[in-house]
Amino acid sequence: MLNELMSYLGSTVPPGIAGNQLWALIYVLVVFAGVSATVLCMNWIERKVLAHFQIRLGPMRVGPHGLLQPFADALKLLLKEDIVPAGADVAAFWIAPVLGLVAAFTVYCVIPFGPSQAVTDMNIGILFMLGVSSLGALAIVTAGWASNSHYPLMGALRSSAQIVSYEVAMGMAVVSAVLMTSLNTKGIGTLSMIGIVEAQREQGVWFLFKFFPLGVLAFAVFAIAMVAETNRAPFDLPEAESELTAGFHTEYSGLRWSFFMLAEYAAMIAVSSIAVTLWLGGWMRPFPNLLSGNFWDFVFSLFPALTFGGLAAMAFLGTTRMPPHPYFRIQKIGIGVFAVLLGLLALLLLAIAIGGRGDDVNIAGRLREGVDYVYWFLLKVAIFMYLFIWYRATWPRYRFDQLMAVGWKVMLPISLGVLILTAIVGVVVS
Amino acid sequence: MTDKAMPNAVSHLDPETHKPYLDSNELIINMGPQHPATHGVLRVILKLDGEKVLGTECVIGYLHRGVEKIAENRTYTMFNPYVDRMDYVAAISNGLGYCLAVEKLLNVEAPPRANYIRVILTELNRIASHLLWLGTHALDIGAMTPLFYTFRDREEILKIFEKYCGARLTTHAFRIGGLQYETYAGFEKDVKNFLALLPPKIDEYEALLTGNRIWIERTKNVGVISGKDCIALGVTGPLLRASGVKWDLRKAQPYSGYSDFDFEIPIGQNGDTYDRYIVRMLEMRQSLRIIEQAVNGIPEGAIMAKVPKVIKPPVGEIYQSIEAPKGELGYFIVSDGSTQPYRVRVRPPSFVNLQALDLMVEGMLVADVVAVIGTIDIVLGEVDR
Repeated sequence: MLNELMSYLGSTVPPGIAGNQLWALIYVLVVFAGVSATVLCMNWIERKVLAHFQIRLGPMRVGPHGLLQPFADALKLLLKEDIVPAGADVAAFWIAPVLGLVAAFTVYCVIPFGPSQAVTDMNIGILFMLGVSSLGALAIVTAGWASNSHYPLMGALRSSAQIVSYEVAMGMAVVSAVLMTSLNTKGIGTLSMIGIVEAQREQGVWFLFKFFPLGVLAFAVFAIAMVAETNRAPFDLPEAESELTAGFHTEYSGLRWSFFMLAEYAAMIAVSSIAVTLWLGGWMRPFPNLLSGNFWDFVFSLFPALTFGGLAAMAFLGTTRMPPHPYFRIQKIGIGVFAVLLGLLALLLLAIAIGGRGDDVNIAGRLREGVDYVYWFLLKVAIFMYLFIWYRATWPRYRFDQLMAVGWKVMLPISLGVLILTAIVGVVVS
Repeated sequence: MTDKAMPNAVSHLDPETHKPYLDSNELIINMGPQHPATHGVLRVILKLDGEKVLGTECVIGYLHRGVEKIAENRTYTMFNPYVDRMDYVAAISNGLGYCLAVEKLLNVEAPPRANYIRVILTELNRIASHLLWLGTHALDIGAMTPLFYTFRDREEILKIFEKYCGARLTTHAFRIGGLQYETYAGFEKDVKNFLALLPPKIDEYEALLTGNRIWIERTKNVGVISGKDCIALGVTGPLLRASGVKWDLRKAQPYSGYSDFDFEIPIGQNGDTYDRYIVRMLEMRQSLRIIEQAVNGIPEGAIMAKVPKVIKPPVGEIYQSIEAPKGELGYFIVSDGSTQPYRVRVRPPSFVNLQALDLMVEGMLVADVVAVIGTIDIVLGEVDR
């Protein structure tokens, strides 16, 4: 058992490729739990960040600074009465949220958090991701139809039209990134998620900056299309609150509604991961060419510890800023404990960074590298998640026909043009 | 939904069974009375072809309280607070209209000092009403954030009201013949602080919305109504002015000393939602101008005209209208010589303006219905009374 556990740690490929079923299972569990926990945290973060954009405080009651709010929300949703509207198609009504959740979580199989930090690698990875994630549209349409209600039906119609139109532009943008992978020394392109990042490493440039401005344009098209794809503001027509009350999930409540919520956030993380993998160098740290060598490796490997150390410091600062009222004592203790946990995590990360410095052969070195990979990947994804919230705070909502016009008349021509130009430049360069 | 509730939109009766049925190409949707974007309890029945609106019908009366009937059983003084409950976001305007009407009936005039304070408070209330409109309108179109910014700044106005008369919304600030309360110490300073505070905030809202591509696409050429149609339907206020008709009762029939002040009437050209937005934004700035002139020139003197303790107007009828934030607010009062009015008829701007909804949204999309309801700026308390 121990040998089997240890046997994988030195591996440089994902467990799915290495054929290590035990580790594949462990990775699946870690990713599933991690994504679920992240979604819970995102819920809190979105409410907090949005509130601060809007000169409010957001959740403040459950736990210090509302830190326990996600758990309270989850508990509430679990305990809520489960309503199936009269006249609903019960089977479809049940299946829809599960389908949405499965579609959103399955894509995590191929998301590479690092060269070996993924469940598996597929030679059609990016196709698999796009294909499975668009199954989410099916869930929305099923939900809208099964509810036997007008507003959900309209939400479902909007959603299907929207996802179909934006998928095209998105696909074109992805193809132009895939084209760029064929420029590496091997001369053969790849659809594998890990292969795409490796191609960026071999070419020594993130595809965002490749063939400036073609890479940026393709990225921009993808970045806009992915917001539409996940039904987030300003493209949140399927759940436009002021028009369709809650759109496709109007009739849903309790646990099944929370499935849609989970699926939405999981999909947001998934598409952000695609964007990071294709254009932002995936797990690679910034400036691997410019600032290379053991010294810079060490400096950048301190970032995870510094991040959590900084968060811990902010939490400690928070305790000192609490009003001197007995009511806040328990809050002070709570936030202090939170700060201590963050601080311990920072110390652990610091120990890993120092223990595994300048060395990528033994276990400590492998561990340090793994932490770095996952950290940089998640940091890039986190930036996208913040952008999602920022968009929501800033922009009004598009109208249905305008959304279609933007998709077909603006995004599609741009992405097609970028694709053709990328192909031409690629041929000329090679 | 029965045919009776919607005589125009649903008229599909099966020729054999004589039961109503729905055309499979059409969708009847009940928007409201419980809906996040109908600003209260407005119910709009929409006939849709996909997303396209084929017809609408407003069903109102969910907030009917019989304000006009109540007036017949109250003395003139007792009815004064009731008018605040009609357009509760512009209660001071309602009060001003009523007080002016009764004063006209009694043939008394409020002293100049009272007029100036009335103008300051009414214009502050106009800004408060427009701020609330802006926030909710933006929220309807999907921009969440302006709502919180406008409510933050509206709060400053409400604080002044609260300091002046103790109430924030339903203020009952004015009395027949003038004012009951003298301004509090520091009133002028508070108003001047607000005058300095608001212009940068309006710039902030405009930065968020005016040049925003999505905002422009959502509002330009949406809910277009011509000046001629406005006049035909009796639509007044910013809606009429955005359609290019320069009609503002503060200029056309000056009351309460508005002729003393120098201000402009902003007008639009296209009569679309964007123009109405621009007109209201400019109106806020003009209101600030009026307040500035008024607060710098408040005359000394009495705040109450000589009005008998028991108000018993002579037999007769009058109509007095003012430019409320939402349009022409008129009071038609019939007096039979007793202490109670024989009949009070209110001409509420929201109610009349709401008529234009059907004309404005026909052929548009569902999302535009929400935008147009927002741009008409209705308060259901006033529509239903």
